[in-house]
Amino acid sequence: MKRSSIVSWGIVGALLLAVGVWGLAPAPADAQAKKKLRVVSIFQTPIEEPWDGAIHQALLKAQKELGFEYEWTEKVSGADFERVVREYAEKKYDLIMGDAFGQEQAARRVAKAYPKIKFLFGSGLGPARPNFGVFDNWIHEPAYLCGMIAGKLTKTNVLGVVGGHPVPEVNRLINAFKAGALEVNPKVKLKVAFIGSWFDPPKTKEAALAQIEAGADLLYAERYGVIDAAKDRGKLAFGNLLDQHDLAPDTVITGPVWDMHPLVKFAVESVRRGTFVAMDYAEWTMMQKGGAKLAPFYGWDKKLPKEIIEMVKKREQEILAGLFRVPVDESTPKSD
Amino acid sequence: MEILSVAFFIGLLAAMLRMATPLLFATMGELLTERAGVLNLGIEGTMLLGAMAGYLVAYKTGSLWLGLGGALLTGALLGLLMAFMAVTLGVSQHVSGLGITLLATGLSLYIYRMVIGSPSVPPSIRPFQILTIPVLAQLPVIGPILFRQYLLVWVALALVPLIWLLLFRTALGLKIRTVGENPKAAEVAGVSVYGIRYLCLIVGGALMALGGAFLSMAHFNMFLFGMVAGRGWISIALVVFGNWRPGKCLAGALFFGGLDALQLRLQAVGFQALPYQFFLVLPYILTIVALVSVSRRAAYPGSLLLPYKRGEA
Repeated sequence: MKRSSIVSWGIVGALLLAVGVWGLAPAPADAQAKKKLRVVSIFQTPIEEPWDGAIHQALLKAQKELGFEYEWTEKVSGADFERVVREYAEKKYDLIMGDAFGQEQAARRVAKAYPKIKFLFGSGLGPARPNFGVFDNWIHEPAYLCGMIAGKLTKTNVLGVVGGHPVPEVNRLINAFKAGALEVNPKVKLKVAFIGSWFDPPKTKEAALAQIEAGADLLYAERYGVIDAAKDRGKLAFGNLLDQHDLAPDTVITGPVWDMHPLVKFAVESVRRGTFVAMDYAEWTMMQKGGAKLAPFYGWDKKLPKEIIEMVKKREQEILAGLFRVPVDESTPKSD
Repeated sequence: MEILSVAFFIGLLAAMLRMATPLLFATMGELLTERAGVLNLGIEGTMLLGAMAGYLVAYKTGSLWLGLGGALLTGALLGLLMAFMAVTLGVSQHVSGLGITLLATGLSLYIYRMVIGSPSVPPSIRPFQILTIPVLAQLPVIGPILFRQYLLVWVALALVPLIWLLLFRTALGLKIRTVGENPKAAEVAGVSVYGIRYLCLIVGGALMALGGAFLSMAHFNMFLFGMVAGRGWISIALVVFGNWRPGKCLAGALFFGGLDALQLRLQAVGFQALPYQFFLVLPYILTIVALVSVSRRAAYPGSLLLPYKRGEA
């Protein structure tokens, strides 16, 4: 009995170790080699998750252009979060990025303890002086544009959206989508469903199928699974966060895209110049600064009625010129 | 009222079958291992690695059938590992099972990234399509519910009577149940306890992996980390809920899938008398209630969780 319990704990220990070792990216080889700017990002999810993936991809791109040292670590659990951020702060990285959702206090605690290091985190809350800046994905403007297209294209006057959880950054996209649709078609009704999970495409798909059965003919895919449902039933859809054209070229018209590259570039350059400010970088993820945009149409602009495309292009120009402001509404949307 | 229309019910019940299918595979797999006296908590990880393996093989070879084979093999191997730890070494079943879930979860993303890398949009496969059985699908109401489905839905449904026949109408089934109730008596009667437990864990693991593969190869068309989303744990509860009887386990899986399908539909028709969160937790609340009421007369296999050492008193 004793022997077997030692064996069992040994096995579990080894397995945990194997998983744990994999979870952490390798540490930097020689820290004091040269004085290159050093950036690290700390993600709570695997980088396959689109939100953290957008930050990671932007950093990889900026690294090529600007030539800084970039490390990243992913799947950091809530309990480990503060320790991992602290470890990188101890290693004197110049800029620490990542997502602080659910770990807002821990992130700020570490920032306060290392005032010389700059922190820039995805966050639902505010910045903290002198060194903790925040950002979020403010892609409600292209969501509004998609709503305009949907409002014009719908034959049933019923649209559908499936979201993960009703958190502010999801709510404002859905509400903007609806506002855009209502602007061009006051008869539009919107079906909204939340599946209570970020990662359950089969369930998301079922929610979208239920909306299609309830009459929805254009769907906004806040989560993976919606596009697949639209494709199966011959309906059209809008992607989200990334350019999701490749998932179903004949189904996906366009969609809001989040591009972190302008913000990452600006942040790295300002850290390099010593001008980094602990502020809310919301506008850097909006359309004017190139942080948000509509995904390319891949020929859909030829297939759709000309006046719809012209209308959207005009509104896009107005947003870019500061002549039109898409309302920000973070209240929880409900099905009509 | 949209809720009362026939179309609503057809949509609801068809979705119920789709949503119950992964649970059904996993529940039947777990039922088999528990009937032989081994609780396999590796189920959640086995489903995830099965989903990944099935998808990956299908993506690389272009053959869904090879993909299914890959998933079955992966599940069988994880079952073999579980058997080595829980049967041969006699390690705590809780510990070895959770260890397997951790290992399989890590491995699934590790292998996926080794082969696919981390593109911003994951590549998809052309999944199993919904099949329509001619004539039968024309039957009113029942046709579109039962006879317009994924092949794997029918396989899962057929599995229930098969497992029942195996357990209660064959000599092998008698051996499995005896090993689960009283391994020493089985050994005395000339039954290989290790052999039966190895067999059940291997077949059970393959079934769990098949449940995962349904998610990535039929219900959806790609592998995403976390896509099993607790279905393995639910299946463990369903085995208890079903009192270790295949028919009752089927009822539990349909009940759970049905409630999930219902709450999505109530959200879709804009039913707002109650907040949607209530419907999200409803299946779990009802499962707990059912478990509490069932547990009073729980007929769990007598030697569940007990390691068996050949020749020990």
